[in-house]
Amino acid sequence: MREKSTTLYIGPQHPGITGNMMVKLQVEGDTVVKAETHVGYLHRGFEKLMERRNWLQSFTIVCRICVPEPDPNEENYARAVEEIEGREVPERAKYIRVMTLELARIASYLLWYGGQAGSAGLYTMPQWSVGDRNYILDLFEDLTGGRIYHMYIWPGGVRRDLPKGFKDKALKTMDYLEKRIDEYDKLLFENSIFQKRAKGVGIIDKNKAIEWGVVGAPLRGCGIKSDVRIDDPYEVYDKLDFEVPAMEGGDVWTRALIRRFEIRQSINIVRQTLEKMPGGEFYNKIPNPMKWKIPAGDAYVKTESARGEFAYYVVSDGTNKPRRVHVKGPAYVHGVTLLENLLVGENISDVSFIMNSLGTCPPEIER
Amino acid sequence: MSFFNLKGILSPVTALKQFGKKPHTVGFPEVSIEASDRYRGLHFNDLDACIGCGNCSTICMNNAIDMIQLDGIEGEKGDSGLRPRVDNGRCCWCALCVEVCPTGSLNLTKEYNFVSTDASDFLWTPGLSNKDKKDKISFVSDKETSLTEYTRVPMRELDGMERIKSFAEAVLGYNEEEARREASRCISCSLCTESCPDHMHIPEYINAIASGNDADALRIIYDNNPLPEMCGKVCTRRCEDVCAISVRGEAVAIRWLKRYATETAKNADIIKEIVNPEIREANGLNVSVIGAGPSGLTVAYYLALRGYNVTIYEAKAKAGGMTYYGIPKYRLPEESLEKQVGYIQSIGVKINFNTRVGKDISFNEIYEKSDAVFMGVGYEKPWTLGITGEDLEGSLQAVTYLDAINSGKEINIGDKVAVIGGGNVAIDAARVARRKGADVTIVYRRRIEDMPADWEEIEGAEDEGVHIMQQGIPLEIVGKNGKVTGLKIAHAEMIPDPNGGRPRPKQIEGSEEILEMTAVIGAIGQEGDYSFLPEEIMKQLKIERGRFVVNEGGQTNLSKIFAGGDSVNKTADAISAIADGFRAVKAIDKFLNK
Repeated sequence: MREKSTTLYIGPQHPGITGNMMVKLQVEGDTVVKAETHVGYLHRGFEKLMERRNWLQSFTIVCRICVPEPDPNEENYARAVEEIEGREVPERAKYIRVMTLELARIASYLLWYGGQAGSAGLYTMPQWSVGDRNYILDLFEDLTGGRIYHMYIWPGGVRRDLPKGFKDKALKTMDYLEKRIDEYDKLLFENSIFQKRAKGVGIIDKNKAIEWGVVGAPLRGCGIKSDVRIDDPYEVYDKLDFEVPAMEGGDVWTRALIRRFEIRQSINIVRQTLEKMPGGEFYNKIPNPMKWKIPAGDAYVKTESARGEFAYYVVSDGTNKPRRVHVKGPAYVHGVTLLENLLVGENISDVSFIMNSLGTCPPEIER
Repeated sequence: MSFFNLKGILSPVTALKQFGKKPHTVGFPEVSIEASDRYRGLHFNDLDACIGCGNCSTICMNNAIDMIQLDGIEGEKGDSGLRPRVDNGRCCWCALCVEVCPTGSLNLTKEYNFVSTDASDFLWTPGLSNKDKKDKISFVSDKETSLTEYTRVPMRELDGMERIKSFAEAVLGYNEEEARREASRCISCSLCTESCPDHMHIPEYINAIASGNDADALRIIYDNNPLPEMCGKVCTRRCEDVCAISVRGEAVAIRWLKRYATETAKNADIIKEIVNPEIREANGLNVSVIGAGPSGLTVAYYLALRGYNVTIYEAKAKAGGMTYYGIPKYRLPEESLEKQVGYIQSIGVKINFNTRVGKDISFNEIYEKSDAVFMGVGYEKPWTLGITGEDLEGSLQAVTYLDAINSGKEINIGDKVAVIGGGNVAIDAARVARRKGADVTIVYRRRIEDMPADWEEIEGAEDEGVHIMQQGIPLEIVGKNGKVTGLKIAHAEMIPDPNGGRPRPKQIEGSEEILEMTAVIGAIGQEGDYSFLPEEIMKQLKIERGRFVVNEGGQTNLSKIFAGGDSVNKTADAISAIADGFRAVKAIDKFLNK
């Protein structure tokens, strides 16, 4: 006698899963009838750890909340602390921050290219995009001293000024990447296999997206133009010229197109920041970190990360340690509520394909 | 859409043109990539520049840095002798240790490859285990980027020309905001505690000030110093000489912070209320203290707290010893000392003023009725210059002069005064004479930078218009009709010491000249006056080079007699005297409670 449905487990260790989490699938034939996400394999207790670290020591762990794109965490933490303390940030630092955030966005999208194509079985794309991402990591290495964890944007500004020759190197890298995007198009977006796999798969309903609090590319892929950089500009985004794409569709294909379009915008923003960057200080020095106290207060700040709106709620009770740091990453919605609903009715082979298109990142779910 | 659209099949094939292009990757280990100039790789520590303050270890939340003892590195003043050891298995290369290193000795390098099959290999001492990597330093913190605050909050003072109009206190003290800001510069490394003769709990009270808890600061300060406000104003502050921040910047103003904390208590009653010391029940033991100077007051205060019946015999009308009669009032106002002495009296210390031992009361009488005697008699007999003309009217010694002024007497010094010497007493005498309207020249054998006086005092004197003549050797005091009319000096050249010591002045032949003067004040040192001691005690007491020989607890060879302060201690400053007193308290307590 044939069983009607079977239980399958994907993850926590699985190449198709972004990070360590597990999806328990109830399948009938090749079709998913129920998806249940299981997290808890990656809990490192960041929020709790920060309660016993002083304000500067906490700065070094926020970046670890997201490996592919650590900078929005640094940006959020720094901006929250600055807001509570009332610390001014030099104009130059703001430009450097925006540049760093956009470089991180590009690096993150390049990694996404690899994941999205890789989960469709197109293995040349990851080789290319991860290789090209390395050129951004080179820039990060020059700028911050670290390739993955930059620990660069900190309260008061940025940690170091641009190194000598950075501008030229960065502009060259941008030119190179821009050309490469065309080649990626040929390899991925013009590829029949990808088109066939992506179109009409993992469709998010526009109303549900709003209801669930979907953000970032998945939301813009539903035709809703929402981006923190436009809606609630921080740093110097209001002084820069760029567009935020939004398209109707709601499927994997639309989300992919949006990201492809955004890379070009980010390249453009990086160029603008490098051109418009004023001289002067890059850092409004904090006092001795051992005795640095932040007046009591709280701040809710948000940044547009590559995966969507990324927010921090920071509370100070007037001591030298944060009372509470709450991290609200987009993956909580995308990786749990949205994914569980989206997978129903889809093919098993599309599970990690859809997951990649949402940009889930388990460390954000379990901070 | 059909699966067989031609473009969709051909486009990806264009990727084939990448064949034959230079690859992105390089072959390792044939080719190794040099990391960037700012790379955060393995640590390197300049072991000679490091002072072992341990700030790197404090900031590291991964507990990756331990401070350990290394062979061949001894602790000394301003160096704990410890060096950081890094557990590379715990390090996350955030480089906060580099950012907070006050000396800039700790850096990260371009090195990122370290392979070993033995886990214990990852625990190593930067700078020792990778000696040859100094040229690989990449992530550094210079003074601009370092998180250490190198600039001191400036102290507000009266203007130099304003100061000389009166004996008003020249230094105005920090206000609350300034004190908090200055206190927050401290990195709590405790190198200062080691250097302070009295080992005051400096990081603790500075921390209390930084956290806005002045009362706590005062309590901590009173734990081992009963005259903190005096120290807060005039201490020689060896602590600041070794401050970790002073290696690359300006030391934390430890003295001014102590002054701030103590000045928050406006009178003796408030001090008592805040410090609220535990006074033990009377134990019936009598201790006599000769001299109400810093060491005597310290012994009296802490023994009284321990339940002893303490009586001080003071020859003069006021307590404080040299701090009252030697230090000018613009540095240490009378009210300040009275407040502190008043507090000491308020916990039960009896002071018999105007009672010179050996004259008003015999030493033997005190000796007989006490279970222990502490002598804090100081050095009050000034040395003379040993040149001709010192018997002339207008030739006097600085200590005598300061004593007279501080006692409210007037001494006519005329309008052109030479002060001979380069110590704090010389500067004090010069600045006092300046306030008395004289045109003052300090004549010093060596250069200004060789002067033992506090640099702030030297600067203060210069601000007030005191002229400093360096490399001037006094030869003779010239006079007419029994009065000083001038000082004959010769100029000197500095001869380097072949043994590496400080250069010595050598008289230049034919450079003699006579400076017109109405008074010459000598300030080249003092010695003790022990004439109050009976002959049989003098015979038995061990005295070497004018100082009592004592053990580590201040006990002389006569077990009932203890001594401290200048008459024991070569450093001859108030804080050393207090430290002597504090040590003697423990020794006396132990001696009497055998």
